[in-house]
Amino acid sequence: MTKTLKGIAASDGIAIAKAYLLVQPDLSFSKSAIDDVTKETDRLQSAIDKSHDELQQIRDSAAKSLGEEEAQVFDAHMMILADPEFTGAVKSKITDENVNAEAALDEVSTTFIKMFEAMTDNPYMQERAADVRDVTKRVMAHLLGVELPNPALIHEEVVIVAHDLTPSDTAQLNKKYVKAFVTDIGGRTAHSAIMARTLEIPAIVGAESVTTDIAAGDEVIVDGNTGDIVIKPSAEEVTKYQTAAEAFATQKAEWQKLKNATTETANGVHFELAANIGTPKDLQGVLDNGAEAVGLYRTEFLYMDSAELPSEDDQFEAYKAVLEGMNGKPVVVRTMDIGGDKHLPYLPLPEEMNPFLGYRAIRISLDRQDIFRTQLRALLRASAFGRLRIMFPMIATLQEFRQAKGVLEEEKAKLVADGVKVGNIEVGIMIEIPAAAVLADQFAKEVDFFSIGTNDLIQYTMAADRGNEHVSYLYQPYNPSILRLIKHVIDSAHAEGKWAGMCGEAAGDPIMVPLLVGLGLDEFSMSATSILKVRSLMKHLNTDEMAKLTETALNVSLTNDENIKLVKENVKY
Amino acid sequence: MEKRDFHIVAETGIHARPATLLVQAASKFNSDINLEYKGKSVNLKSIMGVMSLGVGQGADVTISAEGTDEADAINAIVDTMKKEGLTE
Repeated sequence: MTKTLKGIAASDGIAIAKAYLLVQPDLSFSKSAIDDVTKETDRLQSAIDKSHDELQQIRDSAAKSLGEEEAQVFDAHMMILADPEFTGAVKSKITDENVNAEAALDEVSTTFIKMFEAMTDNPYMQERAADVRDVTKRVMAHLLGVELPNPALIHEEVVIVAHDLTPSDTAQLNKKYVKAFVTDIGGRTAHSAIMARTLEIPAIVGAESVTTDIAAGDEVIVDGNTGDIVIKPSAEEVTKYQTAAEAFATQKAEWQKLKNATTETANGVHFELAANIGTPKDLQGVLDNGAEAVGLYRTEFLYMDSAELPSEDDQFEAYKAVLEGMNGKPVVVRTMDIGGDKHLPYLPLPEEMNPFLGYRAIRISLDRQDIFRTQLRALLRASAFGRLRIMFPMIATLQEFRQAKGVLEEEKAKLVADGVKVGNIEVGIMIEIPAAAVLADQFAKEVDFFSIGTNDLIQYTMAADRGNEHVSYLYQPYNPSILRLIKHVIDSAHAEGKWAGMCGEAAGDPIMVPLLVGLGLDEFSMSATSILKVRSLMKHLNTDEMAKLTETALNVSLTNDENIKLVKENVKY
Repeated sequence: MEKRDFHIVAETGIHARPATLLVQAASKFNSDINLEYKGKSVNLKSIMGVMSLGVGQGADVTISAEGTDEADAINAIVDTMKKEGLTE
């Protein structure tokens, strides 16, 4: 029987493939006494050997498809598996206490996990508890004869079905065979959604019951344009969606022709279309989609993907790679934005009631200047290799900006004194706190540019947690209040001869783009995969007409919905 | 038996990457190799053992090797220690 589910369309495209369930199997067991100790230790050894072979296979596959760095986590797992203290302890438990291998493994592993977790002064060791857990799970699965999902070993086209996808889950996926993601939970800004847009595959998130309604191997249609999931479709439905998929592919091919075109409106006005990236690896997608700049390089991944604070040299290499890769096109690098929902195992932050209103981003950087200075030095050194723009996140006051810029100037002076070549750098701020948006006219006198971060600006302006589904109706990017704030920021920049960009989701949103064109936003930074679509859209827009439309949106419309209607009625898509 | 004392200068002590490399270096040899810190001794071929000691900056540790290739083992470990900046 065909069944249809609806979720949040998080990445464009249509895919039809078999479902691969990325869910954990039942690993429960009962403790029992055993008679034949040799048989039991043999059983354990066999499970360990199988786990080792599997890990070796996963490691090789991961190294090939994802790179050496991603593969290293499996080295750590194999090392635990080969650890004489660990496996030896399990074996002695079987021999000394005559218990079954499952119980012995569970008890030994629990002891180690507890020991690691108890090292509260050493966050790195606490993290290792997760490795022990992962390895134990694998051996346990072999003992129980159940199959563990091994996403790294997928070798046919699949739709990944999961409750949620974590960065470590997606790190193990062989992207070649993954045709789409569908998840029970999450929103458009969830990791799985961002990942899907980077991979240019369709994704639907927050579909609530995909892991229970879809069985492994079911044929599934995923329409990332509408948010529709069709499980076990009829032949007619398959044909219908295949036609739609072809039409979408044709449209994409049409967009692809614009790759080397300049971004121009119907009346010949140019806008800069830039891409958001997380690591130097994302550059290929940026170039393939004809971006004119990198409008947001989220440097926190350098910190999150590392076991300790990244060194100045490591950071320098990453920044240099991006600047050189862009070949003279501008690159906005946002300094560390840790805190909020992003944590570092080796940098414990205080427990907070409201982490998004707490100790994060520039607030940490100004407090922990050792970390900040290392990053700035790496950036300054890299600036000689391209066109660098440095952006400070979460600026609320002029003092914060002056202080941050002062630290930058100090480090610059030191490097120059040491004979290091430093390029010309623009220094700007992210506008995401209403206080900075309101005072943009004063900020504009001192900064080189603004980049508006819409997700946080909306959440702070509406006082609505963007992760809280009970207040998600307040996520209203087209609300006249938000649009007025954006207008003030853009006008303030222009009054001082500066430029204003936007690096949130909204910059690539088909409803928002006409309004932003009307407001005269200079730079639009978005997922690389949205660039050609927006370039195509802009070709149909006339800036004078959009300015008039925006007048209505700001001064006549009263609600978010009225503005959606207004744009849809007046813009030909 | 070969024995050697080390004063750990690395800011992060012996964990993460250095611990992994030490265990890898030790595992190449047949000798029994132990790491001693604050009166506790662990198998240097065991990553969990090494990490469980929580050796931090400024710690004084002793590494001992016993077996047919004990001298080579100690030399290899000294090399790794220096290369990883654990000791001076």
